[in-house]
Amino acid sequence: MIDVLNIGLAGLILGLALWSIVAREAFAAVAGFMAYGLLLTLVWVQLHGIDVALTEAAIGGGLTGALLISAATRLRSTEAAARAERPGAVVRWLAAGVSAAVTAALAVGVLALPVPAPTLAPDVAAHIAVTGVGNPITAVLLAFRAMDTLLEAIVLLFALIGVWSLAPDRFWGGRPGLRQHADPNGILAYVARVLPPIGVIAGIYIFWVGADHPGGKFQGATIMAAMWLLVMMAGLADAPPISRTWLRTLLVAGPLVFIAIGVVGVVTADAFLAYPAGIAKPLILVIEFALMPTLTLILGLMLVGAPKRGPLP
Amino acid sequence: MSFVLDLWTVIAVASGAVFFLAGTTGLLRFPDALTRLHALTKADNLGLGLVVLGLLPQVDSVSAGLKLLCIWGLVLLSGATAAQLIARVVLRRDTHP
Repeated sequence: MIDVLNIGLAGLILGLALWSIVAREAFAAVAGFMAYGLLLTLVWVQLHGIDVALTEAAIGGGLTGALLISAATRLRSTEAAARAERPGAVVRWLAAGVSAAVTAALAVGVLALPVPAPTLAPDVAAHIAVTGVGNPITAVLLAFRAMDTLLEAIVLLFALIGVWSLAPDRFWGGRPGLRQHADPNGILAYVARVLPPIGVIAGIYIFWVGADHPGGKFQGATIMAAMWLLVMMAGLADAPPISRTWLRTLLVAGPLVFIAIGVVGVVTADAFLAYPAGIAKPLILVIEFALMPTLTLILGLMLVGAPKRGPLP
Repeated sequence: MSFVLDLWTVIAVASGAVFFLAGTTGLLRFPDALTRLHALTKADNLGLGLVVLGLLPQVDSVSAGLKLLCIWGLVLLSGATAAQLIARVVLRRDTHP
């Protein structure tokens, strides 16, 4: 019975992947991609990767979907011209050939993996007690492979700088996006008043349980960013000008705290990002607490986009 | 007792699935956006509600049951909001084409 479900799920995902690629309209392709992300979440649940499932639902399906929708809306006026342009036969065959070659290489790579696949899971299980956290995913992300998480946070910051750099010179330092005007008595303003208190609690809860159960700062920060975006979309609050000192301080605070603790580790524990024995858990908490606001701001501001209004006098 | 509870779960979840099936059929077959929204929100509200009510006897703890009810409540709120927003856009488009 469960096999039938899994095969159906896999078939649906392949169908949606195909649909996202062949759909002529960008908006339809994005809709297919978002449904694909949600079904992928179910696959991760079936594989017992609840942490990955949460991340996929929040970032893969939700945040990326919203980013792609705004991109598709912006590209709508150019779509007719893009569709009229038909690449030559050589280009199309070349593209098909390269795509098929990449797929074949990936398939060979996956099929060539030894059975059972090489795993570090027993090592993690053996040493998780040292870190003080109960969730092995959190232990890997913040202790055993902390470098990857640090680089991820920095990459996100660079991505936001990339978005901001699209601003025209005269708007530099101004507020990102356009001022939203919604009916103050409308349904959107109502939800933007009712939902954020619940959402903020859910975000903090998911962030906090990450130490021992599936959850963590990325998933929690995505929920917090979504609540912030809702309030901004309903016109109840405006995005802060990107020149604000508090904003820039919070944006770099997370990675800086992470790096500082890493450098201290060189002295106290003989390696960059190593934690001295006994206080690993408090240090991990400090890093998580510092990263949470940084990630919330980065994810929210990335969706609002580049500054579109001049700096305030 | 547990047989009665299991029976309740099967009946409620199955009825919820019927609402989802009907909602999906309506979404695919109804002629315009407003009627399609109507079909869709029935699946969200009643279908998910019946699934949640059916699963309640199967949870291990009170907090897990409360979480299920919270999920239903949040889906009700977001579904109703999204339906209102879409319906408003449709109405505006139809009255000022």
